[in-house]
Amino acid sequence: MDTYVQIDPTQKLDPFKAVKKIPLEEYFTSGHRTCQGCESALVMKMMAKAAGPRTIVLGSTGCMYVANTTYYSTSWVLPWMHTQLGSSGSAALGTAAALKALMRKGKMKQEPINVIAFCGDGGGADMGVGAISATLTHPDYNCLILMYDNESYANTDIQLSGSTPWGANTTFSSPGKVKRIMHRRWKKNMAGMMAAGHPTCRYVSTVCMSYGLAAMNSMRKALAIGGPTFIHSLDPCPKGWDYDPYISHELGELAVNTGIWPLYEVEDGVLRLTGRTQQIAAKKIQRQPVRDYLLKQGRFAHFTNDDIDYFQSKIDEMWEKWLVPGVIPFRTEVEADAPPA
Amino acid sequence: MAVATVIEEQKHNIEETALITGSEAIAVACKLADVDVITAYPIRPYDTVMQYVCKLVANGEMDCEYIVAEGEHSQFEIVKHASACGARVFCGSSGVGWMYAMEALTVTPALRIPMIAMVGNRALDDPGAFGVEHNDALAVRDLGWQLVWVDNVQEALDTALIAYRVAEDRRIFLPCAISCDGAFLTHSQAMVKIPSQEKVNEFLPPYDRGDLLLHPDNPITVAPQGNEDWVMEIRRQNYAAMERAYGVIKEAYADFERIFGRSYGNPFFEEYMTDDADIVLLGMGTLSISVKVAIRQMRKEGKRVGFVRMRWFRPFAAEELAKSLQRFAAIGVIDRDYSFGSPYLGGVLAGEVRHALYPGPGKKPPVVDFICGLGGREVTVPDVQKMAESVYKAADGKAQPLTQWIGLRE
Repeated sequence: MDTYVQIDPTQKLDPFKAVKKIPLEEYFTSGHRTCQGCESALVMKMMAKAAGPRTIVLGSTGCMYVANTTYYSTSWVLPWMHTQLGSSGSAALGTAAALKALMRKGKMKQEPINVIAFCGDGGGADMGVGAISATLTHPDYNCLILMYDNESYANTDIQLSGSTPWGANTTFSSPGKVKRIMHRRWKKNMAGMMAAGHPTCRYVSTVCMSYGLAAMNSMRKALAIGGPTFIHSLDPCPKGWDYDPYISHELGELAVNTGIWPLYEVEDGVLRLTGRTQQIAAKKIQRQPVRDYLLKQGRFAHFTNDDIDYFQSKIDEMWEKWLVPGVIPFRTEVEADAPPA
Repeated sequence: MAVATVIEEQKHNIEETALITGSEAIAVACKLADVDVITAYPIRPYDTVMQYVCKLVANGEMDCEYIVAEGEHSQFEIVKHASACGARVFCGSSGVGWMYAMEALTVTPALRIPMIAMVGNRALDDPGAFGVEHNDALAVRDLGWQLVWVDNVQEALDTALIAYRVAEDRRIFLPCAISCDGAFLTHSQAMVKIPSQEKVNEFLPPYDRGDLLLHPDNPITVAPQGNEDWVMEIRRQNYAAMERAYGVIKEAYADFERIFGRSYGNPFFEEYMTDDADIVLLGMGTLSISVKVAIRQMRKEGKRVGFVRMRWFRPFAAEELAKSLQRFAAIGVIDRDYSFGSPYLGGVLAGEVRHALYPGPGKKPPVVDFICGLGGREVTVPDVQKMAESVYKAADGKAQPLTQWIGLRE
């Protein structure tokens, strides 16, 4: 009979119970030239492991394209194809549609194949947001769009994106003699936007590779649930954030513990805060001051105490004023906003 | 028993006839070609093809993934990726919609993706106009797209089948855009012979991406960073594919004639009343209709004018065209396009024709360029007569302006 949504079977991808249960096989391996301490490369490696060998990966333009796939030295063991900067959503949709059509028509062997399209924050939160949004409205194509967010156009020279935090020093927002804060926009709330804006999208989550096992299990859930899904990963970037590569992991933890990066998943419309974020919300642990996070990064070195206080006040708002704390910025009353001059 | 079998066979091979538009003809070709993934986005006038595709899918006459995209860039990217996974694909656009997809249009031939697209030729904005101009499709002329212009409904259907056959040939693997003049062809009905499925299957083999297929059984990396190390060699492969397209197109038309019993003569350009012609006009698309009417009238007055209608613009059959054009005393090129600031301020087609003639060993008849019919303005019989007059003067050695705007309000 005719049904409105026809989801093909997906792979059965149970969560890994512990780090030691993660398979040893690598599907993203040597041959890349990402920076020391690159958390996005770790996302690629763990994403490939989480998905396994029966997977097609589409990569939109960005660090994880340019640094990973120099001609003759690809680091991908999985089939991989470049897509244009704003096309991660379209690449996922086109690939999933082809598999669906060819299998249904008997032109290709029937089997569940994972489709993952990744994009950076430039490709995702800026240029590709329309295509990602469109793909998340197509309920019958199985695909995951993963946005690795290192908070700038890190491959082109560290220019600000719609996902760069307020005030950060990038090559398009470098402070000068008269203007200290050249980037005056607040970071886009991509995961919240994708979850709230696409009622039939079955899974949206935020992850951070400082909590690798949880991130991998989130990816497995996104691939197994059926239909289009979206994951937003925050990736500390030594080059763009200007810090010593050995603290990448620590910065990821700080992002979560200061409350600037809430970890959560929205599964079939049900919101669940996860990891340390859950404990923060339950007031089992206190949020660390955001100062601890900001002062470790050269991109905030020009901040005055007023700037840091303002930043802290915006994070406090996320947790104290938002109707869905950390996730959805609706409020019950108008709040004044007074950034430092 | 034997008789029954024969009758049954005939029934299968009989072509149906139907009264359909140019857009509908292309949709029917998609159905006959068993296309797997089709993406739509609204812009007039091409979008009628997608309305017909939608109906075919809704009525269960066609089995494909029919996706309505959120913009032309996505529309073309979706089918690009579907094709990389082995799906036969169809797409299309018009005017600024085509231009909105430009990045996707750029990478598609570079990736050797045999996408078939319909361009319902439309004037570019601004000012807004729904009527035909050829600048949309011509914008990709340097990028590796095969470009073909058709001027009637039957030719639209047949050319779509031929385009799949050529584009998906492993020697080519380049996309092909079929240009149908907006309104004049996309929305005009004609009686058309619809080929039988059996014959189409005989003519058009399945799309086989071979070792370029993106699939877990064939874990390749597609489109890495080439940089200064390899880009030039990769460009050269595209050059070679386009060079081969010339021969593969000829093969496809010969097979088409053998299987369907319908001939298009020279695949690259159609000649009309050129055998005894003194001068010729040359153009693309549906302006052929008024040109042919005008030629028949002029011939009654003793003026031996012929017409050459370019079908394939890429690859451009330069040598063959030059050889043909050298027979005439002068040539008038009708450009339904513009190229502001180009040599002699002419149109795109005139530049190509002059380019084709220049290196050859034979004579070089004067070429006069006429820019007309922009924004869907009709090219009228008096317009054509005016052009022929000027070409006659050029043939007599009287200097003519190299570029003339015809049908322009002063």
